[in-house]
Amino acid sequence: MACNSSTCNSSGCYKGYEEEEQPKPNTKAAVNGGNSCQNLCVKCKVNEPVCCGIGGENSRFCKDCFKNNLYGKFKQAVTYNAMITPPDKVLVAFSGGPSSRVVLQFVHEMQYKAQKNYDANKDKSLPVFGVGVAFIDESSTHSLTSQHIEKAIEDIRLIVSNLAPPSKELFVVPIESIFSSDGIDGKERLKELLDAVSDVTGKEDLLIHLRILLLQKIASENGYTRIVLGSCTSRIACHVISATVKGQGYSLSADIQYVDSRWEIPVVLPLRDCPAQELNTLCSLDGSLKIVELLNGPCSGINGLVSSFVKVLQEENPSRECTIVRTAGKLTPFHFNRVPEIHDSNVPSATRRHQKRYTLKPNGSLSSNSFCPICNSPLKKSNFPSSLRSHGSQQNPDLFASACSSCQFQILPKDPSLMEEFLSLLPQQMITKAKHGDQGNFSLLR
Amino acid sequence: MEADSKPKKSGARLCCVCNQNRAALKRPKTLEQVLSSTSPSVWECFYAVFEEEIHQVILENQLFKPGERIAIGASGGKDSTVLAYVLSELNRRHNYGLDLFLLSVDEGITGYRDDSLETVKRNELQYGLPLKIVSYKDLYGWTMDEIVKMIGLKNNCTFCGVFRRQALDRGAALLKVDKVATGHNADDIAETVLLNILRGDIASFNSEFINIRFSLWLMLGCQNLNKFSTYAYFKKLDYFSTECIYSPNAYRGFAREFIKDLERIRPRAILDIIKSGEDFRISTATKMPEQGTCERCGYISSQKWCKACVLLERLNRGLPKLGIGRNQGLNSDGKKDGKRDSRTPSTESKQCGSLEF
Repeated sequence: MACNSSTCNSSGCYKGYEEEEQPKPNTKAAVNGGNSCQNLCVKCKVNEPVCCGIGGENSRFCKDCFKNNLYGKFKQAVTYNAMITPPDKVLVAFSGGPSSRVVLQFVHEMQYKAQKNYDANKDKSLPVFGVGVAFIDESSTHSLTSQHIEKAIEDIRLIVSNLAPPSKELFVVPIESIFSSDGIDGKERLKELLDAVSDVTGKEDLLIHLRILLLQKIASENGYTRIVLGSCTSRIACHVISATVKGQGYSLSADIQYVDSRWEIPVVLPLRDCPAQELNTLCSLDGSLKIVELLNGPCSGINGLVSSFVKVLQEENPSRECTIVRTAGKLTPFHFNRVPEIHDSNVPSATRRHQKRYTLKPNGSLSSNSFCPICNSPLKKSNFPSSLRSHGSQQNPDLFASACSSCQFQILPKDPSLMEEFLSLLPQQMITKAKHGDQGNFSLLR
Repeated sequence: MEADSKPKKSGARLCCVCNQNRAALKRPKTLEQVLSSTSPSVWECFYAVFEEEIHQVILENQLFKPGERIAIGASGGKDSTVLAYVLSELNRRHNYGLDLFLLSVDEGITGYRDDSLETVKRNELQYGLPLKIVSYKDLYGWTMDEIVKMIGLKNNCTFCGVFRRQALDRGAALLKVDKVATGHNADDIAETVLLNILRGDIASFNSEFINIRFSLWLMLGCQNLNKFSTYAYFKKLDYFSTECIYSPNAYRGFAREFIKDLERIRPRAILDIIKSGEDFRISTATKMPEQGTCERCGYISSQKWCKACVLLERLNRGLPKLGIGRNQGLNSDGKKDGKRDSRTPSTESKQCGSLEF
């Protein structure tokens, strides 16, 4: 797909595609006159184009080529980064929006093709990877009617059941399940926790952190080995700006790579090179890609502001998101931004060699990162909290000291006397992290 | 002209400096409560805090040595006026032992620069600091007005920025100064960090590349924009407050507006952006420009010709697109790459090595 930026290096970008010499068979083109624009798909030059990619007039595709172009980017991201290999069980996080619908579709198609190969293959050497879908029900945090949410869940069930064979397990999990006790207790605790955060942006971000923890929990409890997010170029561009604005410049490079193995279950982003605009277009073109609209309301605070800012920039120059992600891509990733080494002999050795060659060399000096217990971002060594600040005993970890500066400001309570109560409201996973982070400091004291 | 003094609810809080009068001004940076009133003499607490902080930054970073000659980049605007005023005050008060000069750049923009230069000439008298003006016309043979006539309203800021940086350097050399002080404040730097992300310029984050002569932005980088307005306004400093007539087209405008909106929601975000910029992990393996000299004029340059010479060549040959966008420079025998030029889009990422200040 041609991209307006002549220096855009995103995979699949056809730089400055020239089409001036195309014959113009029909009158429509003749009427368009001076503009020698072709009236054919730029890729197959056979069908009539029905949509435009990011490149505007230079990238008019017919429906199939448009889809194949996006699928090609997806496939390349998966292969290049060894995201999904035969023994894997992949959990697709599904929000109902266009990006997650497309990633679910593409993962399904990849699985379907693998299944066909398996069936056709006599020796059955390559097992097909498994796929599950997780939808997190956040209705307890906003005011949608239960009718609305039930309808949405129904739609999602239908979508997933239609994506068989191979069949996929669907998990519909309420966000409050992150706490060991769910049901009414969970709802109450979640409400209390969110109310304890005064900053609007902090509240939104805390919810995002809880969401990823819940996905981890579902994946881990059900034997999944990968979590697939539908994060597209646009979302990542927004994250780059908002992380910069929140003072998270150090950890930024950890969040925007194809693979994030900080977590127990590695998280992968195969749509990283796909702009939201194109994903939206695909969904509107293809009737089978039904979106489930769950209007949580627009983001407010900093996240909303960044979103509108990027939108304005994008209008001014359609390849701006691309440039932002590419620039941020030049920042050094962390040692955990690669899939864990594959030792499984079921994985073809070609794939293993490929992964070894293209994933990053681990940088020894960075392997001793500690992480913020709330957002799991790697902490810069100089930010190691001074143990003198800590007024927590060994039983109660000093949450403030072990958190990153952004969480300290926007999530944790300002008043130190409220810290202990806040700690009691957090899910267990965060508390455990805070404990481990702190023990390092106490050992220094001895 | 309005002053953004950010009054917050006063309540019963006292000014944290003098502990006598009621506080009504809250500094977003430190959240201290400082005094506010209609009576000018009562602003003393604010001035004191402001000046003291700058003094501390100078001391902690050992920015100056006694006997040094320092040129203050003076545009006539509030930032540089405040800088000139405060620096000469502190020089006197704390005996820095510095020789201070005002250095001004005349880009040749009628209706803007000619007016602001009058302000600087008055500052010369008011503060007793000798003034040197360097002009684009003398240095390069072109005024900005002439350049804009030639290339239009897009990308003219590229020319101006590159030329100005070199002009300051040339002026500094003429004055035989050791350092140049500029009045860049935190908002400017935050804008630059954002701009560099938006336009693909990761090399600028590498601090080694920033010429030591321009690292003095640190000094005022700790202060927010509004403090300058407040200080300048209430101290009744003589300054010029109109925007450059070409600035509405500058790309920086996007970043500036975003930052203004951001400041309303979370004032500390500006400093957070700067912190992020400092914390970005840039590998030494990333291809960084090497510092060499320009073959044509001897200025520092990472390429065969410095950017100013490249742009000048273009202007003189009547080919304004050279040096902008994809087609960044000349190859060794000075011929431009004509074929690639036709596909050059108008707003593109700049090559490594071009500073956005």
